[in-house]
Amino acid sequence: MDQPAAEKSKEYIRPLPGNWWMKKKAYSLFMLRELTCVFVGGYALYLLILVARATDQAAFNAMVNSPGIIVLHVIALPMVIYHSITWINLTPKVLIIWRGEERVSSTLIAAVHHAGWIVLSIVIFVIVRAIAGT
Amino acid sequence: MAKSNEPIWWSLFSAGGVVAAFFLPITMILTGFAVPAELISENGLYDLLHHWLTRVYLFLMISLPLFHWAHRFRFAVADLGLKDKSGMLPVAVYLAAIVGTILALVFLIRL
Amino acid sequence: MAASDTETDKTVTLEVFRFQPEENDEEHHFDRYEVPYHEDWVVLDALNHIKDEIDGTLSYRWSCRMGVCGSCGMMVNGEAKLTCAAFLRDYYPEPIRVEPLDYFPVIRDLVINMDGFMEKLGEVKAWLIPKEERDVSQGEYRQSPAELAHYKQYSMCINCMLCYSACPVFAHNPDFVGPAAIALAQRYNLDSRDGAADERAEVVFSEEGIWGCTFVGECSKVCPKNVDPAGAIQQAKVTATMDWYRNIVPFGTRKSTETESQ
Repeated sequence: MDQPAAEKSKEYIRPLPGNWWMKKKAYSLFMLRELTCVFVGGYALYLLILVARATDQAAFNAMVNSPGIIVLHVIALPMVIYHSITWINLTPKVLIIWRGEERVSSTLIAAVHHAGWIVLSIVIFVIVRAIAGT
Repeated sequence: MAKSNEPIWWSLFSAGGVVAAFFLPITMILTGFAVPAELISENGLYDLLHHWLTRVYLFLMISLPLFHWAHRFRFAVADLGLKDKSGMLPVAVYLAAIVGTILALVFLIRL
Repeated sequence: MAASDTETDKTVTLEVFRFQPEENDEEHHFDRYEVPYHEDWVVLDALNHIKDEIDGTLSYRWSCRMGVCGSCGMMVNGEAKLTCAAFLRDYYPEPIRVEPLDYFPVIRDLVINMDGFMEKLGEVKAWLIPKEERDVSQGEYRQSPAELAHYKQYSMCINCMLCYSACPVFAHNPDFVGPAAIALAQRYNLDSRDGAADERAEVVFSEEGIWGCTFVGECSKVCPKNVDPAGAIQQAKVTATMDWYRNIVPFGTRKSTETESQ
């Protein structure tokens, strides 16, 4: 009762558009989140240059007071904050803590980290202001 | 398929992500706005920068975020659909992060 | 098999993706069907109505119609859904576009080629490989509720593949092992009875496995069973990383991945 093998029909492959990430809000936000790394890296580069210039007080002052540098900070700060918020929100997915049969709540883990971030920022600001304040 | 050596880059990326998330915003405010806003003096900031503790802090704030950028950027490029036929993109970004780390070490030591 | 036999004047339009290789194997088109609108109908009911009453040539997969078999996954207005769980009332009166699951080759109409996924299930060894051989006379494996809790969420996967249709990494690279297969590998890696985490690591801890994932997170959003494959993958990354560091430390404890995953 052998039947000849059926010829396999051609399949239809749908092309992936280059702007796939613009099609859905979730994808666009994902891409934005990923590209915050450019601002994170950019700021690290700025710090590197600042440190390189910090052998000479005049050069250092010029950099710290430069309007162009301030503008870059204005652009980069919201991006870096977006990194912080999204990173901390994802932390519960990576930091899994078991208490018997239950997992510690994701909301709690994220909330604790957010609180920690804000407290840490205030503490650093207060310390630096105390040491270097006008 | 074989067990990958990604963990080294992923752990550096993760460390950089944590450091960036917790410390970058306030550091940015301090270096970008605090002096022009006259909350701290530029002399004060300059002196603070030379303290050994600050130098250790700055080393971590330069090196780890650079590795964070390198790893994430390399995958973001792939996610955008841009193909890296030569396979040089990972090499380029990690090398840049390594060079940045070494430079940071040099600059901070001689400060 | 109408879900309700009450008369209705209301109708809703379905725009259905058609690909019929026996007629034209180069192009697809959309057919529009006017189907009766019922409050309690799902998209699957509408498709069955089309097949039974309007156009018997339409091809699609379905089975349990209650969200446990994973057969009826399709794109409904651009979102990956189980058509047995997508109610017409959530779209009415707008037309509803039904397409095959994204990023899979289309065999015909709404039927996609899932061979790749089936192969991946084999590659990750998505079955229990016990730590030690047990004879029937030794009795059953014992597992505490806490041990069960560690992997239970990942055991809920119904292989519906909606997660693959939400994954940009898979869209770019069909060789990416993908959310469901990795979540299922983790289901066994985290099972206290299992001893094969090291065996699975070749595939799961490879570039095409967990390291291809960029944590977009859409897979977990579309999962109808709340498996959270994104979480499973990130957990696996942590395990793989700790395992990697342990193995490069000379004279360090060469613990295998399985003890780490307990």
